[in-house]
Amino acid sequence: MFLSRLRAGGCEASNQPGECKKKMMKILVPIKRVIDYNVRVRVKSDRSGVERANVKMSMNPFCEIAVEEAIRMQEAGQAEEIIVVTIGGPKCQDILRTALAMGADRAILVETDVAVQPLAIAKLLKAVAMQEAPEIILLGKQAIDDDNNQTGQMLAALLGWPQGTFASRVEFADGKVHVMREIDGGLQTLALQLPAVITTDLRLNEPRYVKLPNIMKAKKKPLDTLRAAEMDIDITPTIEMLEVNEPAARSAGVKVADVSELVDKLRNEARVIA
Amino acid sequence: MSLLIIAEHDNSRLKPAFLNTITAARQLADEITVLVAGHRADSVAEAAARINGVSRILLVDAVQYEHQLAEDIAPLVLTLASGMTHILSSASTFGKNLMPRIAALLDVGMLSDVAEIKTSDTFIRPIYAGNVMATVKSHDAVKVMTIRSTAFDAATEGGGGKAAIEQGKAIAGSGLSAFLSEELTVSERPELTTADIIVSGGRGLGSNESFALIEALADKLQAAVGASRAAVDAGYMPNDYQVGQTGKIVAPQLYIAVGISGAIQHLAGMKDSKVIVAINKDPEAPIFEVADYGLVADLFKAVPELTEAL
Ligand SMILES: Cc1cc2nc3c(=O)[nH]c(=O)nc-3n(C[C@H](O)[C@H](O)[C@H](O)COP(=O)(O)OP(=O)(O)OC[C@H]3O[C@@H](n4cnc5c(N)ncnc54)[C@H](O)[C@@H]3O)c2cc1C
Ligand SMILES: Nc1ncnc2c1ncn2[C@@H]1O[C@H](COP(=O)(O)O)[C@@H](O)[C@H]1O
Repeated sequence: MFLSRLRAGGCEASNQPGECKKKMMKILVPIKRVIDYNVRVRVKSDRSGVERANVKMSMNPFCEIAVEEAIRMQEAGQAEEIIVVTIGGPKCQDILRTALAMGADRAILVETDVAVQPLAIAKLLKAVAMQEAPEIILLGKQAIDDDNNQTGQMLAALLGWPQGTFASRVEFADGKVHVMREIDGGLQTLALQLPAVITTDLRLNEPRYVKLPNIMKAKKKPLDTLRAAEMDIDITPTIEMLEVNEPAARSAGVKVADVSELVDKLRNEARVIA
Repeated sequence: MSLLIIAEHDNSRLKPAFLNTITAARQLADEITVLVAGHRADSVAEAAARINGVSRILLVDAVQYEHQLAEDIAPLVLTLASGMTHILSSASTFGKNLMPRIAALLDVGMLSDVAEIKTSDTFIRPIYAGNVMATVKSHDAVKVMTIRSTAFDAATEGGGGKAAIEQGKAIAGSGLSAFLSEELTVSERPELTTADIIVSGGRGLGSNESFALIEALADKLQAAVGASRAAVDAGYMPNDYQVGQTGKIVAPQLYIAVGISGAIQHLAGMKDSKVIVAINKDPEAPIFEVADYGLVADLFKAVPELTEAL
């Protein structure tokens, strides 16, 4: 149905005569609240997890890129509505407000106290997607706390949609979306049927800064709350965290005075060059 | 334990990280099946069959597998998964793209970037850019995971194995996605993730042209060239040169960081290198905290001097 809508230029028969919606595409952007990327993370003394008390939290940087991309699609007239969604505790409202201030239209908080793992996140997001029927779901490629890089791919699998992971360029053509992907050997471009899941890489765009008046405006935008426990989805973690540890520290090195001392050390002490 | 590895290849050759994944697999199981899904990929299956420790090769050759798209490989793996206790691939962009899709179809969780195997269900993996190592236990029936190649030695290719090659059955293409084009970086230099020596440049280089200094030093050392995110963002180097939390993970014998400050996201990708050298004009740069040998100097002077002295 989306395909025919897109091909028809998005003008569908409407109940109200004379009303023709030109831009039909809805974009769903799942975002995660994580420890800010500038924070030096510390392991708790009982090794049960990392220190979260009084630590700065913010939107996962890859999610910011996803929000920015959605806004650019809307600015380019390709998208009608941007919905941001996050799964987590009540404090996660702050990143939803940030996304609204950037330019998203409305927000959904799926509230839970459980530390939900990617498969369960994907199941909850699927339920939201079924409700909202977006043509594109834009996620970050990776949350920088657990470094999983899984949720977008899992969500695509559960929905039976194609996935354009690690995107560094996204374009619409012939009723499809073309995604240029950052892969180990260089760049690869795929054509995906719509609806599709896309995950963002660093070079897709540079997210805008939020302007003060927009923060005020964002306070008036709708933010709905759903309760994960009422969604009839099993979100029990299957991967148990036994303990966390600091990695083995490197022993302190030395400063060399000049290039010839460096060459000498590399040859005769470290023996890593001939 | 019955284990399936999804081979990463380009229809003619196995990718090097596959050999590290084999080593991890051998710590988990005696029965190792390798899936080679591709198009005209016989030579890949033959190469995989010669690796010691591999019991069986399943070659599924069909045009819809030419580019190994996740939308087509994941449902294929689903038809092969019954009885498997573990399904592995390397933590490359190939494995990261594919394995979560497989896990979700199997309705199981997934373990990314496994760096150590404790038991058949307990593993260690880095989180928070490698600043924390998490010991995790999977309660899923099938363990789907990607293997961090720098954490396991490479199995020897042509190690004398004689696994049987069986032809597997393809399933219909999904039609969800199609390959359009590829721009692969061509380089005479060693591959970044397997190189013994890497010379990496950062924003300190200041321009595309200055990267020639890095390349000259790399060529003298027969080294691979790497870059920080800032250098890639600035367009000095292609995206696939990025080392770090969200780029490539490397652990060469020698890593030379030039004009790189040493942000945690960069350190995440290289701090397991055997010997680290930092050249930076700022004595306070955090890169010196992980460097075995630090040289506080202007790179425009020090790098040509170093190239000359080697
Ligand atoms: C979500 C996220 C993911 C990221 N992922 C990665 C990643 O995977 N890899 C990565 O590298 N970064 C990553 N980053 C970026 C990271 O935080 C740093 O911004 C980046 O690593 C900085 O690159 P740099 O060291 O080249 O530049 P800078 O920090 O600007 O450092 C340049 C250095 O060059 C030195 N210098 C300048 N001129 C000279 C000279 N003439 N001679 C000698 N030294 C000189 C300076 O003293 C300085 O230390 C990520 C960031 C985020 C938010
Ligand atoms: N709790 C969450 N709520 C909403 N989206 C999430 C959540 N966790 C992960 N995501 C999305 O999935 C992406 C990848 O996360 P991960 O698979 O955990 O690395 C993130 O960048 C988000 O877009």
